[in-house]
Amino acid sequence: MSDDKDNTPKLDELETGPWPSFVREMKRAAGSNPMAGDLLGVVELSYDDRVGHWKHGGIVGVRGYGAGVIGRYSDVPEQFPEVAQFHTMRVNHPAGWFYKTDALRKVCDVWEKHGSGLTNLHGATGDIILLGTKTDQLEPAFAGLTEAGFDLGGSGSVVRTPSCCVGPARCEWACFDTLAFTYDITQHFQDEIHRPSLPYKFKIKASGCPNDCVAAIARADLSLIGVWRDAIEVDQAAVRQYAADGVDVGGEVCGRCPAKCMAWDGETLAIDNGACAKCMHCINVMPKALRPGRERGACILIGGKAPIVSGAMLSSVLVPFMKMEPPYIELKELVGKILELWADEGKNRERVGEFIQRVGLGNFLDAIGLQPQPEMVKHPRENPYVFYEEYFEEEK
Amino acid sequence: MPDTPAPRKTDIGPPDFRQFLPPVITANYGKWKYHEIPRPGVLVHVAESGDRLYTVRAGSPRLLSVQTIREICDLADRYCGGYLRFTSRHNIEFLLTDPSKIDPLIADLAAKGFPVGGTGNAISNIVHTQGWIHCHSAATDASGIVKALMDELVGHFTSMHLPGKLRVALACCVNMCGAVHCSDIAILGVHRRPPKINHERLPKVCELPTVVASCPTAAIRPVRKEGRETVEVAEELCMFCGNCYTVCPAMPLNDPLNDGVSIWVGGKVSNARSEPAFSKLAIPFLPNNPPRWPEVVAAVVNLVDVWAANARKHERMGEWIERIGWPRFFRLAGIEFTKQHIDDFRHAETTFRRSVHLKG
Repeated sequence: MSDDKDNTPKLDELETGPWPSFVREMKRAAGSNPMAGDLLGVVELSYDDRVGHWKHGGIVGVRGYGAGVIGRYSDVPEQFPEVAQFHTMRVNHPAGWFYKTDALRKVCDVWEKHGSGLTNLHGATGDIILLGTKTDQLEPAFAGLTEAGFDLGGSGSVVRTPSCCVGPARCEWACFDTLAFTYDITQHFQDEIHRPSLPYKFKIKASGCPNDCVAAIARADLSLIGVWRDAIEVDQAAVRQYAADGVDVGGEVCGRCPAKCMAWDGETLAIDNGACAKCMHCINVMPKALRPGRERGACILIGGKAPIVSGAMLSSVLVPFMKMEPPYIELKELVGKILELWADEGKNRERVGEFIQRVGLGNFLDAIGLQPQPEMVKHPRENPYVFYEEYFEEEK
Repeated sequence: MPDTPAPRKTDIGPPDFRQFLPPVITANYGKWKYHEIPRPGVLVHVAESGDRLYTVRAGSPRLLSVQTIREICDLADRYCGGYLRFTSRHNIEFLLTDPSKIDPLIADLAAKGFPVGGTGNAISNIVHTQGWIHCHSAATDASGIVKALMDELVGHFTSMHLPGKLRVALACCVNMCGAVHCSDIAILGVHRRPPKINHERLPKVCELPTVVASCPTAAIRPVRKEGRETVEVAEELCMFCGNCYTVCPAMPLNDPLNDGVSIWVGGKVSNARSEPAFSKLAIPFLPNNPPRWPEVVAAVVNLVDVWAANARKHERMGEWIERIGWPRFFRLAGIEFTKQHIDDFRHAETTFRRSVHLKG
């Protein structure tokens, strides 16, 4: 262990102030773990010279998997030998991030024994992040995790760990069982999660309603967002109670409706459900009075991603409405076709959204056997350069 | 590889979430009727059966030691029968059925330094990436900026006085493993210089066609230099995305003099009222100034203040700006509009104003 870990004036400054401090966490772990001690030293060095000190991954992992471990090496190993190797393990979280403390304690025990004692609850993919260990500790840590009932999540060019909102476990707006779906699809794709076989990453996220609490539309290649098709359920007495309690139903509810499909006369809230955009605003403001309708399912969207490589994209509508009942055969068949096509035709490091841009959404739909539908676009094309594969010929 | 005699478990997948649900949830799964927020950081969900579930939401630094996780577990054991969950924004949620335990739990959390809040019209925890803690391509740190900023914004976490929800996210480079691109306020680490090519190392560790193909602007060309097959970068085409560095470690972009932070505003993911939207550039560059990044903190606090003072109830940052117009936003926020604010990548023309609908 380096002595430098005890001299961290810049990081010490971040132990002060009202928000809980990550520096305190590093110091707590460092009390019994030399890796966490040297991590303090490396980060203090970065705070001094304003540059990171981690090198590229390299291939490390557990036997039989090609994913779930992020290889990491320090570029100052002589100064901080305990973090010369500092690989991270992604551990697939339980759907909805629910835990019983005994399970969480087992994960802590594994990581105290085989890693830095530092974690992220949770990482951007949703996984439990076990932050930093040495190559020879990966296999024993993995054995400890599987013994505790946990498995690794995805990394690299795989189906990434699916994640979802709290769903019907604690939300009255869930239009499908996001947790049951996420658990099911995660088990279904174990091979695709652990063994890279795709052009690039493929993320699946499920939100139970259009509030999209897991940011599925922005953060997932395949985004499932719960919707309903029938009428919003209205408890008129409860609406009147909100009004009596000071909610400006005409202004702050009807006035902010993007579809302008509601009217309030002081007694009754009238909704033109055919015009409703299913945006959730009115339901969000008056949860005791309004609920999503009963004919519930999910809108399936595709192609969301961050900027790398050819610019950020939001997912766009692929299937306007799908019933989401176990065993989710329609969805699994659809995803299977998409993965097969993209694995065959996609370029290295080309996300499925970029692939669709390159080949054209129409051609993509043809290839996976979906009919074009007006819900898929904001408006029909404006550009008159239209391709045709079929045309008439003079009969001979 | 020697054979290991013990059976080795693989592909078991995550534990089934159902075993981790508290009994009140199992009994009322999918049968919740409505919820209320009786006070900041506390939710009550009422089931059709009449059962009530109380949630106490606490902020966390995301980076947690096993020692602290065990203390969090101790609290869940004491107050919640051992059941807890985490949110998509790194908050800890304690799940209770006895409302008389809420105050003692909040007192214990306060004693341990965990603020309770993040509900309703408030700032929730900042979603962020690893930064200098663990990332090879970071243009800035993540945890440090988040800590410095939340020290200033914590009052908006523990109260619900903002016009609408405020979602702030930080990614330490454009890889955006934090997916900040649809946030009310996004803090994004940026590189500003082309990669420095190590011509000696490159042929040994990188595959030339992959490196050439990695560039979204076709700035990378294969060349022969001093007998080595390597690449060159047309620097005027480089937009510092770092994709080449990700596929080729011999092309580092990190540059302490020129790396820093940009600020983006007005994105959202929810469909409520307006459609989901990307964040747009507010401030192209601020310096890395650890440990407290005062320029970044001041810029974000200013944006929050200006929005809070001018937005209508329920109006998210982007909805407010859409209503008043971008020229007025830049004036109110006191931010200079520069060449960098005008897009010049693909589909840039779709962001140009193609009307004379010019809001004052």
